[in-house]
Amino acid sequence: MTATERAAIGGLGHSVKRKEDPRFIRGKGTYVDDVKLPGMLYLDILRSPYAHARITKLDTSKALAMPGVVAVITGKDLEAAGLAWMPTLMSDRQMVLPTDRVVYYAQEVAAVIAEDRYTAADAVLAIDVEYEPLEPVVDPFRALEPDAPLVRPDREQKTNHIWNWQAGDKEATDRIFEEAEVVVSQKMYIPRIHVSSIETCGCVASFDKVSGKLTVWLTSQAPHAHRTVFSLVSGIPETKIRVISPDIGGGFGGKVPVYPGYVLAIVASLQTGRPVKWIEDRSENLQADSFARDYHIHAEIAATRDGKMRALRVHTVADHGAFDAAANPSKFPAGLFSIGTGSYDLEAAHFSVDGVYTNKAPGGIAYRCSFRVTEAVHMIERMVDILADELNMDPAEIRFKNFIQPEQFPYKSPTGWEYDSGNYPAALRKALDTIGYQELRREQAEKRARGELMGIGISTFTEIVGAGPSHTFDILGIKMFDSAEIRVHPTGSAIVRIGVQTQGQGHETTFAQIVAEELGLPVENIVVEHGDTDTAPYGLGTYASRSTPTAGAATAVAARKIREKARLIAAHLLEVDPDDLEWRDYAFRVKGSPERAKTMSEIAFAAYTNFPQGLEGGLEAVTYYDPPNLTFPFGAYVCVVDIDRGTGQPTVREFLALDDCGTIINPMIVEGQIHGGLTMGLAPALYEEIVYDDNGTMLTGTLMDYLVPTAMETPNWRTEKTVTPSPHHPIGAKGVGESPTVGAPPAIVNAVVDALSHLGVRHIDIPITPWKVYQILEEKGVAE
Amino acid sequence: MSTKTRTVPITVTVNGEVRQAEVEPRLLLVHFIRETLGLTGTHIGCDTTSCGACTIHLNGVPVKSCTVFAVQADGGEIRTVEGLEQNGELHPVQEGFWQEHGLQCGFCTPGMMMTAVALLERNPNPTEAEIRQAISGNLCRCTGYVNIVKSIQYAAKKMQQANEAAAPSGVPAGGGED
Repeated sequence: MTATERAAIGGLGHSVKRKEDPRFIRGKGTYVDDVKLPGMLYLDILRSPYAHARITKLDTSKALAMPGVVAVITGKDLEAAGLAWMPTLMSDRQMVLPTDRVVYYAQEVAAVIAEDRYTAADAVLAIDVEYEPLEPVVDPFRALEPDAPLVRPDREQKTNHIWNWQAGDKEATDRIFEEAEVVVSQKMYIPRIHVSSIETCGCVASFDKVSGKLTVWLTSQAPHAHRTVFSLVSGIPETKIRVISPDIGGGFGGKVPVYPGYVLAIVASLQTGRPVKWIEDRSENLQADSFARDYHIHAEIAATRDGKMRALRVHTVADHGAFDAAANPSKFPAGLFSIGTGSYDLEAAHFSVDGVYTNKAPGGIAYRCSFRVTEAVHMIERMVDILADELNMDPAEIRFKNFIQPEQFPYKSPTGWEYDSGNYPAALRKALDTIGYQELRREQAEKRARGELMGIGISTFTEIVGAGPSHTFDILGIKMFDSAEIRVHPTGSAIVRIGVQTQGQGHETTFAQIVAEELGLPVENIVVEHGDTDTAPYGLGTYASRSTPTAGAATAVAARKIREKARLIAAHLLEVDPDDLEWRDYAFRVKGSPERAKTMSEIAFAAYTNFPQGLEGGLEAVTYYDPPNLTFPFGAYVCVVDIDRGTGQPTVREFLALDDCGTIINPMIVEGQIHGGLTMGLAPALYEEIVYDDNGTMLTGTLMDYLVPTAMETPNWRTEKTVTPSPHHPIGAKGVGESPTVGAPPAIVNAVVDALSHLGVRHIDIPITPWKVYQILEEKGVAE
Repeated sequence: MSTKTRTVPITVTVNGEVRQAEVEPRLLLVHFIRETLGLTGTHIGCDTTSCGACTIHLNGVPVKSCTVFAVQADGGEIRTVEGLEQNGELHPVQEGFWQEHGLQCGFCTPGMMMTAVALLERNPNPTEAEIRQAISGNLCRCTGYVNIVKSIQYAAKKMQQANEAAAPSGVPAGGGED
């Protein structure tokens, strides 16, 4: 089979142009705000100006009297219907609207439903509300003090402490620390940030009073899971709820939680019998939607004098805001933070995390990473550099000395994870050779002699994605399998329906490629549908780089089921025994005489017109895939930074990202994902931070104050790869969308710290702003 | 507090078509385009004129339509993403974004492309630095901009080739001053 013929199929490894793009480049996508229904009303929300206050007056009469206002919903109204609170994914509960007090700045206070957006916004301002401010608690360490204000008096436990979670072997870890030759210790803060997808969150809820059916167009990364939550909360059976996740303008984790605005729009539609649209503003999105990170970490490494790491001990205070509304698998309140031993072979490790309430917006979602993996990787990749600095070793050398070796896979980590595959030394070697590491070190030495500041940073991270195996991974009890359904039509085209939901990842293309590869049908003849709970098979959605590891696997397995049936039909057509056939070059061929063959297109026609006696007609399959393990993508990143001594501005001059995500389905899409992920790694490293003042007022609540990198801040990323397939995934793929977001920040920080290490600098908390660096330069007497 | 007591008639030419409407004086141009005219290719991504998702051309100049009132466009010429494709043929910028994988979720794409089209009309052969400067008012969260830059370079090359073919004397058409 020629390369051209293979390219026409467009299976694995081909940079097939995206099927999604023709509608997007014409402005013909359908995002939630593009949905317009007859008689549709608009919902707008009044939000709290205080982080902590008692509501002493809430008078909606003036708003209700305004022409065009249809209804105003308050917490008292919801309380009467038993809907003032809703469950969170972490077995906590969250106010939909408050009945008597607000617990964070920009919290929802009341909702207005009006004939148009402008009237709704006017009426929000006409609600008469008075507050009695209460002392807020903004700092999680203060929150743990006995006399701290209580964020959640509704709970039985009268404390701001939510839970303590631990992983690893404390005793074995402590023992190694007692006898260790060298111990390094560092406190670091991974600040609160926000995904800020360019499309904000919103929905259109439409309740049909005649059929009793509720349809919700929702900015959802997990439409099935959201439908189940709506059904559980409302008591409406799932047959009467249809969630449609149309085109989604970026997710990155921010469209996994259920927000009060969704519930309010649904309540409003149930109440009015008319469709209700709620689309949040960017400010509301930044101020009240789920944040990421906010981890105060204290990490220690025990090592030998010659640089062999032996044990890792980590304690973290996790600021969850006013409700524990993190979007984690239910058994993992601190996500997969215990992946923090990283790419290194340690004897023991112990992690302890304390979750704390504060008067800040709730959340604790991923920011394009798999459940707290970014925090874990940042910690370990910083700690390795700190140890190297302590021992006066090169950061590459210390990594080579401590890597898990290729022959150790599958590798059981000290916190219980079984890494599926990897070759860390080969990845770092290739990255260093590609960027010319020794040459860069020479350049750095010369520049240092001249007083110029240049740094080189390395990050050799291990990701953990693809949640997950049903024995451990569930969300509110729903196991985290995923699904695919394939139907091959008589003339050889096919429809694929999947349980995951694209937000830009290109599933309509890549999942078609998986089927093209497995069935030998041209990719252009395969249509992928998703995001409609009435038609798509049940799945847990797209986040945590789980689509390819779970639904991608389901798609391959379903296609293989089709192929096995196709073998029987091909044998019937060729009048041979099924065992005499082999699948080669995208056709069933008679062993020994490969020219006698039937393609899937021919077989598909026969499946409806000429199938053997005793076999069912048709050609379709469904698979619900329970992954046997997670997948562990990895990478070796090298970053070169120059620092301006006059301004303190660090500039990423060069960045090489070597990623290993196992088998690559579409190289163009993988590279695009890496570019985007790197930029979302650059952002928190140098620019983004959600900041509150002492009163709990958010100071970074608009895009004027929250710096999402533009094309000016973003360097020209350079990518490389190695390919180490996952041994347990049907096509060997591991997932890639989030690896760069995980791996990039420590590479950048390590480079900045490296540029300043000769001045005695060992750590800087992110974001590394020019002002932070300039203060250091001044203190060290090298500012210009 | 205001009530909807007063509207103003406006006439605009949108993608070559004359459209008339009665609008509130405070109606934002982006809402006029999306909701009054039903052209939903123009998106809204922020409330501080920061993201550029709503970028359109008003009288040939790229503007953020969330920060212009519809009445300010009265008598003007508007071009939106829906007006880029001509006679079933994609604009070179649209083609570039598809070929060079310049989009992922697609939400910033219409605004990004409108900025790119305006750049290339003004400067047919921009450097990478000029491209990055030109699109710095348009935020993208998915692509990291690398492929957006390549998409615009693809379009620039394609437009130059078309211009050269149309100008047999060898003199580049389309102007070059910036």
